Amino acid sequence: MNSSTKEHIKSIVGSENFFDSPEDKLVYSYDGTPIYKQLPEAVIFPESEEQISQVLKLANTEKFNVVPRGAGTGLSGGSIPVENSVVIVLTRWNKILELDTSNLTASVQPGVVTGILQKEVEKIGLFYPPDPGSLNVCTIGGNVANNAGGLRGLKYGVTKNYVLGVEMILPNGELIVTGGKNMKDVAGFNLRDFIVGSEGTLGIITKILLKLIPKPVQSITLLAYFNKLTDSAQAVSDIIAAHIVPSMMEFLDHTTINCVEDYTRIGLPRTAEALLLIEVDGRGSIVQEDAETIRKILTKNKAAEVKIAEIESDALLLKTARRSAFSALARKMPTTILEDATVPRSELPLMIEKILYASKKYDVIFGNFGHAGDGNLHPTCLTDDRNQKEIEKAHKAFEYIFEEAIKLGGTITGEHGTGLAKKQFLEKVAGSTGVDLMKKIKLAIDENNILNPGKIFSISPKCEGSLPKRREQIKDFNA
Amino acid sequence: MHKEISRKELLKILPHDDILQQCMHCGLCLATCPTYDITKLERSSPRGRIFMIKSVARGEMELSESFSEEMNFCLDCQACETACPAGVKYGRMVEAARVVADEAGFGSKMEIALKRFALRRIVASRKALKLFSWFLKIYQKSGLQKIIQKTGILKLISKNLFEIETLSPVISEKFSDTQIKEIEMPEGEVKYKTAFHFGCLMNTMFADINLDTIDVLKKCGCKIITPKDQVCCGSLMGHNGDMKFALELARKNIDAFDKHDYDFLISNSAGCGAFMKDYAHLLEDDPEYAEKAKKFSSKIKDITEFLSEEKPDLNLASLNENIKVTYHDACHLVHAQKIANQPRNIIKSLPGVEYIELEEASWCCGSAGIYNVVRYNDALIQLERKMKNISNTGAEIVLTGNPGCMGQIKHGVKKFNVNVEVIHPITLMKRMLQLKQAD
Ligand SMILES: Cc1cc2nc3c(=O)[nH]c(=O)nc-3n(C[C@H](O)[C@H](O)[C@H](O)COP(=O)(O)OP(=O)(O)OC[C@H]3O[C@@H](n4cnc5c(N)ncnc54)[C@H](O)[C@@H]3O)c2cc1C
Ligand code: SF4
Ligand code: SF4
Repeated sequence: MNSSTKEHIKSIVGSENFFDSPEDKLVYSYDGTPIYKQLPEAVIFPESEEQISQVLKLANTEKFNVVPRGAGTGLSGGSIPVENSVVIVLTRWNKILELDTSNLTASVQPGVVTGILQKEVEKIGLFYPPDPGSLNVCTIGGNVANNAGGLRGLKYGVTKNYVLGVEMILPNGELIVTGGKNMKDVAGFNLRDFIVGSEGTLGIITKILLKLIPKPVQSITLLAYFNKLTDSAQAVSDIIAAHIVPSMMEFLDHTTINCVEDYTRIGLPRTAEALLLIEVDGRGSIVQEDAETIRKILTKNKAAEVKIAEIESDALLLKTARRSAFSALARKMPTTILEDATVPRSELPLMIEKILYASKKYDVIFGNFGHAGDGNLHPTCLTDDRNQKEIEKAHKAFEYIFEEAIKLGGTITGEHGTGLAKKQFLEKVAGSTGVDLMKKIKLAIDENNILNPGKIFSISPKCEGSLPKRREQIKDFNA
Repeated sequence: MHKEISRKELLKILPHDDILQQCMHCGLCLATCPTYDITKLERSSPRGRIFMIKSVARGEMELSESFSEEMNFCLDCQACETACPAGVKYGRMVEAARVVADEAGFGSKMEIALKRFALRRIVASRKALKLFSWFLKIYQKSGLQKIIQKTGILKLISKNLFEIETLSPVISEKFSDTQIKEIEMPEGEVKYKTAFHFGCLMNTMFADINLDTIDVLKKCGCKIITPKDQVCCGSLMGHNGDMKFALELARKNIDAFDKHDYDFLISNSAGCGAFMKDYAHLLEDDPEYAEKAKKFSSKIKDITEFLSEEKPDLNLASLNENIKVTYHDACHLVHAQKIANQPRNIIKSLPGVEYIELEEASWCCGSAGIYNVVRYNDALIQLERKMKNISNTGAEIVLTGNPGCMGQIKHGVKKFNVNVEVIHPITLMKRMLQLKQAD
């Protein structure tokens, strides 16, 4: 990027909001995704819609790329820069604009942290359910762009079920306002739902209107340990088949239990092969009854022990422990490649068997955990990205897992998005007609392909996050 | 002038690549970082700093002024270590990075020289610290302080210097080491064999807290050995890039205490306790001291840890009906030693105390070793936030277990006009003890 373009961008956003030192470029070269990283040309913190619009217009004429970014916790590389790009960071757009207690809605800026919004609405007896594991850090903008799920997805759904309206600046610099406070609205194409999950490729979201619901009155948290992995998976299927919808049904395997226990020291049983963390919520005696039925099903499926959290702080501790699972696995190996394969819930036991088989066949270590109730598993490969051979083995194992998931009627990603990390598998799920249609839509909205190009699918192959260096290229360390 | 610092030298100081690689850049630590909270810039976050350090170690990025700036902007509060599920040892990384940047000649020369001189020559030497404290005391006592503060002469010279001057706590009338006997015995039978480390700041600036600690321990049935040849724990030097000197002090302390027979080594200063618990790790490669250090460290207990675990019967009297009390977590207790419940349990068990939990109790107050002296304005942002939270509790007393935090929050009381008394938990217990004895 030439310096006059940089100067132009600087004049739009102001020099105090423009960063291009080596340090600043470096620390926006990654997100939460392992392996991929690439330096941007500059990083900017625009202060108004008008500034964003001007930068996008300039990108079209000066031919540079723009990558939107929230907190950078994404796990598919959505906010990793591409070649010749400027990163637009939205973390400073962090105001809750309105909490409407008559219509039960919240209007927020995209940089509002999910967990902070939840605390604020709960203070007034309301509830915003989507709770990704990263909720204390990630932003609503990032959640909407990735259609993030979370622990409570089973009963309450994912981000898209709560988005009532979106304001977004299109790649050509125009502002579009979709949706609103109406609970019903069928005027024209449903653009709002189309924007949710578009991974920052169709526009920069500047304002979001969210639906809130009343806070559940009661909840019971159960914890069950199993000596056999497949027993736990069967228990999950049985609970769903018994027509009970817990608000949460999370699963951790032996490796994950031990890493989480190393971090939290809350007394999880280190010998257990699997653990289920289940929460039921609602009102009145139904909650008790559901908990009792679940307890019976767990015992019938040979749970070694079933515990009920006595006090709310214990339940909270358990949920926090579960949220730490992915990062805690890094205690074992420095690189944790987490996948997001999802299958219809009834196929969960079979999918787990396939993962165990892949681990043996390709000689890689997996830590497994996930949103069992949604059939959304996170088989996480524990490896070291400084060792190219290990990484290749991991990729082979994942290829196998994706193939098998698709055969079972599943998908390659349940909630983390396609981004850079999974785009090579997209066609297998969406089909070539599907991918072609997506590309056409993208080009119709973003004529010059300037906004987050190279993500989801490639239109211009030049925009790939760079892969890690090979072992030989890494200099010797103080070993 | 910037000095070329060879890769080999660099790698000798920076942690091994396996340690740097441990961070899988998930970002879960961002929410707890006080500096990221101010700027919302990734480079002022733990994840960003680790990435920069890693890149420097790998020879992918040059050392620079802004690298040095970010490393020194960090409070080294270790909140990110508590938040990190992956077990990343951030503190060690940033401390090493500071050394590298200092050595290469980045950052303020004055600041570095001042740091070195103050820590090595004054804090670490009990004689020099006492001498320095005497000067300060005379200065405070003679009324000179008031005059200077009033006339605002210092303000003219430099606003910062003026603020720093009001930061220095009032020096104790008498230092504690001259008043504590080498062996103190309880009135009744000996229930615990303990030893006591009196610290350097505690000894000169907060001598009363040391005396209170001894009184409470005696009441618990402790025999207390306080070796006269003990030295400063070395934490301030260790955290500020002078590990070699810190380890010399560590060995001296180990020798001083090793001669005695005790089961618990009590510390009432979070920073000292944390660092002495770390001796085991810091000296693990020293053939002569590794074993001794392990034994030494395993016996260290913070006073609140000791009281909460041993539950001695103190039979305290309530001061008056319902005193409202809150508690601020010192970083070196909650993050470095993972001590959070113990002090709360004790405080809640005190008679006549209404305990109010402080919002963001474990958020750094900005004291951070000598951070509030070297980077006064950055520290002030954190202090203001802390004082707001304290003020919101409506408490009459805020308790905290570290001399640095006490000094900083006392400064906050003056600066932001908050009506609250800042004391160590042990002081509150001592008052209750006194009342009982007066009964
Ligand atoms: C420990 C951990 C646990 C996680 N657990 C879950 C989980 O349980 N469920 C789940 O679904 N995800 C989970 N994630 C993934 C991640 O947190 C989510 O995808 C989250 O929504 C990303 O938000 P962010 O603010 O970090 O966005 P970023 O990572 O910065 O960006 C994500 C995508 O959104 C785009 N984007 C960001 N802001 C905007 C905007 N204003 N306008 C347009 N596009 C934008 C970016 O370009 C990018 O494509 C987890 C991640 C971690 C590290
Ligand atoms: S320090 Fe820990 S929490 Fe922070 S980014 Fe690294 S691994 Fe994640
Ligand atoms: S030590 Fe404190 S200030 Fe420094 S990076 Fe960690 S949380 Fe931030």
